[in-house]
Amino acid sequence: MATRPSGSSFVNIGERTNVTGSAAFKKLVLAGDYAKAVEVARNQVDNGAQIIDVNMDEGLLDAVFAMTTFLKLIAAEPDIARVPVMVDSSKWEVIEAGLKCVPGKPIVNSISMKEGEEAFLDRARKCMAYGAAVVVMAFDEAGQADTKARKVEICARAYDLLTGIGFAPEDIIFDPNVFAVATGIEEHNNYAVDFIEATRDIKARCPHVHISGGLSNLSFSFRGNEPVRRAMHSVFLYHAIPAGMDMAIVNAGQLDVYDTIDPELRELCEDVVLNRRPDATDRLVTLAEKFRGTSPEAEKQAEEWRGWDVARRIEHALVKGIDMFVVDDTEEARQEIFARGGRPIEVIEGPLMDGMNTVGDLFGAGKMFLPQVVKSARVMKKAVAHLIPFIEAEKLPGAKAKGRIVMATVKGDVHDIGKNIVGVVLQCNGYEVIDLGVMVPWTKILETAREQDADMIGLSGLITPSLDEMVTVAEEMQRAGFTLPLLIGGATTSKVHTALRIDPAYEGPVLHVLDASRAVGVASQLLSDTQCEPLIAATAAEYQHVRDVRAGKEQSILLSLSDARANSFKPDLSDKVMPPEQPGVHAFPDWDLADLAEVIDWTPFFRAWELAGNYPAILTDEVVGESASGLFADAQAMLKSIIEEKWLTAKGVCGFWPCAREDDDVLLHLEGPQPPLRLPFLRQQIRKSKDRANFCLADFIDPDGDWIGGFAVAIHGIELHLERFRAGHDDYNDILLKALADRFAEAFAERLHQHVRTTLWGYAPGEQLTNAALIHEDYRGIRPAPGYPACPDHSLKPMLFDLLDAGTNAGIVLTESQAMLPTSAVSGFYFAHPESQYFGVARIGRDQLEDYAARRGMALAEAERWLRPNLD
Amino acid sequence: MTPRELLLQEAAKAILIKDGPYGTAIQAAGLDEAGYRGETGLALDQKGNNDLVNLTQPALIASICQAYIDAGARILATNSFNANRISQADYGAEDLVRDINVAAAKVIRETVDAASAKDGIVRFVAGALGPTNKTLSLSPDVNDPGFREVDFDTVAGVYREQAAALIEGGADFILIETVFDTLNAKAAIYGVKQLEAELGRDVPLMLSMTLTDLSGRNLSGHTVEAFWWAVRHARPVTVGLNCSFGATQLRPHVRLLSGIADCLLMAYPNAGLPNDLGEYDELPETTASLVREWAEAGQVNILGGCCGNTPAHIAAMARAVEGLAPRQIPALEPVTRLAGLEPFIMAA
Repeated sequence: MATRPSGSSFVNIGERTNVTGSAAFKKLVLAGDYAKAVEVARNQVDNGAQIIDVNMDEGLLDAVFAMTTFLKLIAAEPDIARVPVMVDSSKWEVIEAGLKCVPGKPIVNSISMKEGEEAFLDRARKCMAYGAAVVVMAFDEAGQADTKARKVEICARAYDLLTGIGFAPEDIIFDPNVFAVATGIEEHNNYAVDFIEATRDIKARCPHVHISGGLSNLSFSFRGNEPVRRAMHSVFLYHAIPAGMDMAIVNAGQLDVYDTIDPELRELCEDVVLNRRPDATDRLVTLAEKFRGTSPEAEKQAEEWRGWDVARRIEHALVKGIDMFVVDDTEEARQEIFARGGRPIEVIEGPLMDGMNTVGDLFGAGKMFLPQVVKSARVMKKAVAHLIPFIEAEKLPGAKAKGRIVMATVKGDVHDIGKNIVGVVLQCNGYEVIDLGVMVPWTKILETAREQDADMIGLSGLITPSLDEMVTVAEEMQRAGFTLPLLIGGATTSKVHTALRIDPAYEGPVLHVLDASRAVGVASQLLSDTQCEPLIAATAAEYQHVRDVRAGKEQSILLSLSDARANSFKPDLSDKVMPPEQPGVHAFPDWDLADLAEVIDWTPFFRAWELAGNYPAILTDEVVGESASGLFADAQAMLKSIIEEKWLTAKGVCGFWPCAREDDDVLLHLEGPQPPLRLPFLRQQIRKSKDRANFCLADFIDPDGDWIGGFAVAIHGIELHLERFRAGHDDYNDILLKALADRFAEAFAERLHQHVRTTLWGYAPGEQLTNAALIHEDYRGIRPAPGYPACPDHSLKPMLFDLLDAGTNAGIVLTESQAMLPTSAVSGFYFAHPESQYFGVARIGRDQLEDYAARRGMALAEAERWLRPNLD
Repeated sequence: MTPRELLLQEAAKAILIKDGPYGTAIQAAGLDEAGYRGETGLALDQKGNNDLVNLTQPALIASICQAYIDAGARILATNSFNANRISQADYGAEDLVRDINVAAAKVIRETVDAASAKDGIVRFVAGALGPTNKTLSLSPDVNDPGFREVDFDTVAGVYREQAAALIEGGADFILIETVFDTLNAKAAIYGVKQLEAELGRDVPLMLSMTLTDLSGRNLSGHTVEAFWWAVRHARPVTVGLNCSFGATQLRPHVRLLSGIADCLLMAYPNAGLPNDLGEYDELPETTASLVREWAEAGQVNILGGCCGNTPAHIAAMARAVEGLAPRQIPALEPVTRLAGLEPFIMAA
């Protein structure tokens, strides 16, 4: 059984090919530059326009000629012609000429009863004969509808006339007129409200029709002040869409996300749009001055830098991360250098390295942040890619790298966002990075390091079993007689683990690197004649200190397993939740991405880019706000493409099974004649203060019968797009997409859990939580994941996956370290008891290890391997 | 009862059989140039002008039609694939377009009516409009993608002229077939709609697209679904696919269209793919067994043959689908369906 909530069906109609909406397009068409005008259409479709609006209503143009010429040209471009066209003109002759050039089924924009019923119906019949849907303006013989009553009256009359001649009601799109508000004229104050309310009534009165509108009118009084206009448009849509507005002619890139609008601005825009107070206009006008952008200035500067000399342009492009002109500029620099007898490599050694040094300095000084650095790297890579054929043609050795680093995510692990970021930062700083990718066995790491004569090796991993694998790599390096430095990084790694486990396994230098920003410092010191020895000595001493402290330290006292059990958590079992409304396994082969986007928790997204702070406050943070905002805008743009062009597919599964607790195990009673399935959990053994229990997940289950659930979700389809980015030397988008896919997976887990609580299990049917409340886990029940603190044994995943048939239902496979593939995936158990809560198992004793291995049906050595991080 | 109502009534009872091609049968008769030309007094060489034969050798056309009737065909198309002003210009025969089409419809009408008078079986005459050899969507000059050899109004007028003559000669339907350019078909529909307004009565349409690549697009680049949304305003009595490839290659596209066409579905594929010599050698039983699969799956209402099919193929088809239930016409939700080269559906 597959169920799926319906997504938003709002259609954005691209308006960049509208001379009244785009000055740039108008300029091209007026100049007769149709080739470039066609590119505008292509960009729009590339950027996700589902329909493109074509309008040539400009006094200086022969609109019939321009319309037909342009439509014929785009018909020849399969990339553009794949989407429907909206033939837009206020002149019927232009529309009709356009209809004769459109092979698919277009939309006519627009017709109305302005000139009476006869002309209206005549045009409607023509639309039927040409095969077109139609936008009908709320306009009649008496003029444009302004009030709600007039809008509804005119649309109802038009609807009856059209359906009376056999016009398909689903092919009617009403435009009830978006008028300017906040004009200072009191009669205008209620225009937006009139539109929104009329929309609701028209939808009810006229079945199957759509409602559209041109947004730019709304904010006409704020022309020149883009931030305010965008905010007004977003606020308007926020209220008009639920009322039934389902199309808009708008530049989607210029819509703000409602939640991200400055709260004060949003509030005042809302006052104006919803006509909430008499002084709404005055207040917005006053506030608007604050937002009047620096944009004209910025635009001027944008043009200015193109006039600088080429070296300065390259530096500027690198610092600003602008890749648009860099290939041309690089080529110009190459030719300049060639003309004075220089070599192509000098472009790299000269302007490119100068630029990257500036980037490095700014980054080091905390004035630039990772997202910008990665963008700069993209520019650098594109420039270098352009130069490589010239350098190779010379048959001379390339630029001498500062050092060569072999990097890998270790065997069994698939996570590489952090490693890629470190790689990019090192490359930006002139190091050569040989990235072996993910799931790399130690043999390959050692082999490559030897063959490539590497200066150091960097290992990365995210899941706890990777810690063991890193120890293995260190041991093998020792055995093979390596002496070069080994750098350790990744989310589960720590200075303590490195000191206690990895450093003793290898006599060469071992260094834990906390994050990307430290990587360059560590690498440069290791390669410096003077700083290398001191760094190694200091680190070794530090690690020895960690070990000494650890050895001498009174370890927190562990209770015996039986004492810990005696202090188990005892929830009020009379409070246990009902059996699921829909027991069994539920698969969701394609969950709506737009729906998931609504519940994305953005804070971890910024953390992935080493930007510290909570969303949304981070966007206005004094230090990283600008960088975070830029990153967030790029993320939103990509998010839009992901959703509209369906880059990714969210597949998931969940299930519920009757069960009962037996000590620290949960016994699952599955269908059919089979013994119960034993799901063993671990219990906290650290001695607690008086009134705290020693928790175990099994504590949340009733020994006299209860229910447990499980889920697995994954985001598929990323590879194709990553390949595209890699082909374009585009690490920035590569990392951005991976980070977004991770967010989608987490959002999917969140959304599915909500669906479980309200519907499938149904124990909280009336739950109404805001996004923030969801993120704060203000709901009943938990979803601990195998491999995480409450349930540290990754090896429970195969059991969970069998129960869910997650391979088939969610398309997830497990590596030997129980990492999930695809990488953006989440799985876990559902506990529904209201008192169930997250906790960390932390350190356990030998007694529990042995007990657990027996319950788990696993050799002691194997259990020891999986639980290593929880042992001493 | 109007022809539209009568066809829907007959198609509700059984899968109906359409005829096969005329061109190969005419060539087999081995006419010389004088045989083609007859008494027309045309200036240019007329050998190969198969449409002219309606006027100069009507008995030959009647005998081919009779062979298809004997094979079991109940939808008989006129031999008028190129009988339009654009195509006839190649033979200098533009001025005979009306006469050719009236004659083309008349000879089929008479043959069909004579047969029906004898056996009481209801049969239909479909006046065929071919695609012409000019395209409204594409430029013949790669260096000038905005250029077109013809314009919409011209093409619509050409089709209107031909359709008027076919109706005058007794055709029940206008069959716009072998549509390789969706815009040409839209111009034809527009022309026929004008004719309807002029005549003040329903001129029911049959639409048939041809695919030019295996992914399921025609020459103008439209997918089968996009084509259907682009022409559905014609409210045709049938929509379907013809020519293209053999039944094997058409199968997925027939299936797709069957699920979305809220009218009768008519399919008449080629007899397989041509061999190295450009000849069709698929045996009648083979073609018949392939189209029978569509019939068994409830995907078709009318079956016939295009290039390479003979009366023996048509007879084999008729036997193969006898007694099988016809496709049920699905009802479509009232949601907005638009099309570029690809379909776009707006949720309700």
